[in-house]
Amino acid sequence: MTTRADTLARAATLRATFEAAGAVPVETPILQPAETLLDLYGEDIRARAYVTSDALRGEQMLRPDFTVPVVEMHMAHGAEPARYTYSGEVFRRQEHDPDRANEYIQVGYEVFDRANPAAADAEVFALFAEAVAPLGLRAATGDIGILMAAVRGLQTSEARRAALLRHIWRPRRFRALLDRYAGRVPVPTRRAKLLDGALDCDAPLIGKRSQTEIDARIALLRADAAEPPLSGAEVDLLDALLDVRETTPYALAQLRDIAVDLPAIGPAVDGLAARAETLAARGVNVETLPFEASFGRTSMEYYDGFVFGFFSPQRADLPAVATGGRYDALTRRLGNGAEIPAVGGVLRPGLMLELEA
Amino acid sequence: MSVKLGVPSKGRLMEKTFDWFGQHGITLTRTGSDREYAGAVEGIGGVSLVLLSAGEVPRELAAGRLHFGVTGTDLVQEKLPLWEQQVEPMAELGFGHADLVLAVPKAWVDVDTLDDLDAVATAFRTAHGMRLRIATKYHRLVRDHLRHGGVADYALVDSQGATEGTVANETAEMIADITSSGETLRANHLKVLEDPPILRSQATLWRSRVAEVSDGDRAVAAALITQLTG
Repeated sequence: MTTRADTLARAATLRATFEAAGAVPVETPILQPAETLLDLYGEDIRARAYVTSDALRGEQMLRPDFTVPVVEMHMAHGAEPARYTYSGEVFRRQEHDPDRANEYIQVGYEVFDRANPAAADAEVFALFAEAVAPLGLRAATGDIGILMAAVRGLQTSEARRAALLRHIWRPRRFRALLDRYAGRVPVPTRRAKLLDGALDCDAPLIGKRSQTEIDARIALLRADAAEPPLSGAEVDLLDALLDVRETTPYALAQLRDIAVDLPAIGPAVDGLAARAETLAARGVNVETLPFEASFGRTSMEYYDGFVFGFFSPQRADLPAVATGGRYDALTRRLGNGAEIPAVGGVLRPGLMLELEA
Repeated sequence: MSVKLGVPSKGRLMEKTFDWFGQHGITLTRTGSDREYAGAVEGIGGVSLVLLSAGEVPRELAAGRLHFGVTGTDLVQEKLPLWEQQVEPMAELGFGHADLVLAVPKAWVDVDTLDDLDAVATAFRTAHGMRLRIATKYHRLVRDHLRHGGVADYALVDSQGATEGTVANETAEMIADITSSGETLRANHLKVLEDPPILRSQATLWRSRVAEVSDGDRAVAAALITQLTG
């Protein structure tokens, strides 16, 4: 049985490793203002984080992760470039699975560096790969940036591209939007009538949403209806892209093929190639490293580039032992106008000990 | 010891529950004064009646203080996480039908589905600097449903009663509530989204999976189940 003392001791060792790699140790409060997290994740976060409150400070959440407070701290008064490490409890509500821990220790490493994103990605991945090396874990990698580039390159309206980008992390809704834009679902009768201006409504307007807003949406719907459907060829290319699941060299070859017809992903694929080179230079065996284009799409929605995870092949019931990725957009959202490329990850020493036992 | 049966203590739900048990040869009655929540059971021995609010039945079943209880599917699923592990549905009683639905102002002619709601919620946040508010008392069920549907830009506001009025009062932009005929919604100028409801609920007889049962009680519980469901 792993004791809390064992876990804390392992956490301290791991943090020391990260300090040795050049990171400055930082602490963040356990109580986080709820507003920031709600703004970022929406109401969903309430199902994952514990909420408490007092009359003076209002709603607060027990830290569900370190990344957000560390980014806020860096954006407020961090020097560049910066490397941080931390270790401490995070709290997650687990209402659907009583076997998952609702409180556990995380050790993290975050890099804020403009100079060379591919090198920073490789630095973080290699550090984590080394930390979990004795456990014989299965590595998974992906790159949300390639999918985002593909969506940005679609031959369709800006409104449609924006809607798809917003739902990159919600595969079900993404698929529904794609089917609608491709004209694969019939227009409902009521919607057709609305677009024709043949829908009468005599109900009084109540609530805060104004007639102007309703009219604006109808105008958008009409504009969208006039938009030609997304071509079947483009949808097929997106599907081919999402299906890429190979060792890195083969994945790269497949992506280069797709990029011939979908040139918008070219730079992102070049980024993947550059990362593979820097990973190899750091001693990672890229020949066998898996790459999955849709990996990371259902996790927390701030990763927008390289993503990775380490899993136990024997214990598929356990969550990932380590996860991480690039979150440039998050620094923009929390930075009040400033932004900096950032990449990082977290380890769970408790799970590592459990697997070693 | 005896087998404890929990039944709603008030109104039509109580009367209809009494009728349903009566049809199965078990007479439930309230004893004492109108205000006293005591009851009697005839037609089967070893069962004692507990009268309580329908909203408390799920918690009492999960705590093992009731062996059997009558309450709505909606209340069980909202109040008990992993409800299947704590209670087992024994019989649907055929009344108290109600759907948990999402309803928006009828004047929102551009909103019929979750798909529309998602687009409108995002536009609303941009226009008003706040997330679209949904008034409800079914926080867990609504949140799970919207996550499943991929809608994120909203905020739940708690409303324990008169939820249909929150939109006109501008404390919410839309609601999620139980409705049977939809009449109250219509009277408040609201309409239900066209997607399937979040949940279809009706009065149901539940068995607690966690309540302790003595050997004597076991026979009584088995006899009760046979008489009610056989």
